[in-house]
Amino acid sequence: MNLTLKVWRQSGPDDEGRLVRYEIEDVSPDMSFLEMLDVLNERLILAGDDPVAFDHDCREGICGMCSMMIDGVAHGPQKNTTTCQLHMRHYKDGDTIVIEPWRARPFPVVKDLVVDRSAFDRIIQAGGFISVPAGSAPDAHAMPVPKVDADDAFDAATCIGCGACVAACPNGSASLFTAAKITHLGLLPQGQPERGSRARAMVEQMDEEGFGGCTNTGECTAVCPKGIPLDTIARMNADYLRASRKSG
Amino acid sequence: MTATIDRGKATEPVTQIPSRPRRSRRRVSSNSLKAVMAVSGAVLVLFLVLHMAGNLKIFAGAESFNGYAAWLREVGYPLLPHRGLLTLLEAGLVVAIAAHMYSAIVLARRAANARPVKYAAKVKSRADGYATRTMRWGGVIVFFFVIYHLLDMTFGVANPEGHEATPFDRMVAGFDPSRWYITVFYVISVVMVGLHLRHGLWSALQTLGLARRYPVLKASAAGLSALLTLGFLVVPLAITFGVVR
Repeated sequence: MNLTLKVWRQSGPDDEGRLVRYEIEDVSPDMSFLEMLDVLNERLILAGDDPVAFDHDCREGICGMCSMMIDGVAHGPQKNTTTCQLHMRHYKDGDTIVIEPWRARPFPVVKDLVVDRSAFDRIIQAGGFISVPAGSAPDAHAMPVPKVDADDAFDAATCIGCGACVAACPNGSASLFTAAKITHLGLLPQGQPERGSRARAMVEQMDEEGFGGCTNTGECTAVCPKGIPLDTIARMNADYLRASRKSG
Repeated sequence: MTATIDRGKATEPVTQIPSRPRRSRRRVSSNSLKAVMAVSGAVLVLFLVLHMAGNLKIFAGAESFNGYAAWLREVGYPLLPHRGLLTLLEAGLVVAIAAHMYSAIVLARRAANARPVKYAAKVKSRADGYATRTMRWGGVIVFFFVIYHLLDMTFGVANPEGHEATPFDRMVAGFDPSRWYITVFYVISVVMVGLHLRHGLWSALQTLGLARRYPVLKASAAGLSALLTLGFLVVPLAITFGVVR
């Protein structure tokens, strides 16, 4: 199939950037979205142009590197799917696809479609440590965890930190990401000693980075490739408010 | 023996983008501002429930309606001064509205600041609909409606009967069939209030960390908003269509 791409090109953080139009022929429906961009880049290189910079790593939907706003939807039209797992069979001949980087002040564009997501790392860092004996492996079943909590904690832990939640949020809020991390530790016994201080520090770091506040629009969970549910945000809010009440 | 391993480009230091300088001024967290919005919103919802109940007394006749209005001013007397409790409640409402609006404005500004460069493609909403997207501007419209409503029904400035008339007369005159456009304006505004509540009710519980079982929660929020909207609409419509005169 033949497609028209409108790709955000920006040579560096200080460049203004613009959408550039590319016509690309003979796209196989079996290609992944990133493979389609690989083909575009091969052709750009052959033509002596600068290839489109985009983040990618595992290409199997688990690393969280790929990050593209495709036609105004983070990770494109497939639900619960990262860009790398989106395939061209969902498009048809003659389609025009607009590809942009995540847009948020805390995610500055490095080049083209690549944004710097180290704000997420700093939120994680603000969470600090958990108090567990790190020496020998613990005895099996020494620490009982209710099945429901284990499942919910695991669901939250599947967050790959891709930033789609921020990209889709009309407020540029990182609440779903932060809430997933807070929930995954907060539901488990190992996470209890620092539960309050962790929630507080991470929420405050999220503000510090310049992310907006949550207005419960649910756009984040709708585009999340891992389907992190909105109730993680309720848990974050509860933990944060409880911790704030305790320590003033 | 020494081995030199050349890892090439892969291990070259990457030029770091400097992180933004930390703000020295400590701000109120967005979560705390949202909690303020949730609590002040809850106060306003409680008020709306009482307000609606009071309005519906119009169907019990002028005496009942005016009696209720007079009672509001005399409740607790002589322990409380004349209009004592009412003034206290009014002050509470003003504080709630001010807190709600202040938080909303600060949060909206932070949100705008969090996305300085907009998307070129139209961002497709994949989640909740109209009610959620109209919270901010809907809130502004409701605010202006409340101002007009106070001028109309409380101060009587925008009411044909004026301030000296009984509450019943003011109400009936205000929604007289000849003033059908006022009724239309009220209907639109009350529907805006209903939409605001539809998202606001469950959102408040979410913000306070109390949200559970979302389908039930959202359905209840929609149900309660619909109930309040209908309860408020039935009075002006009944007057305009001549059921109450």
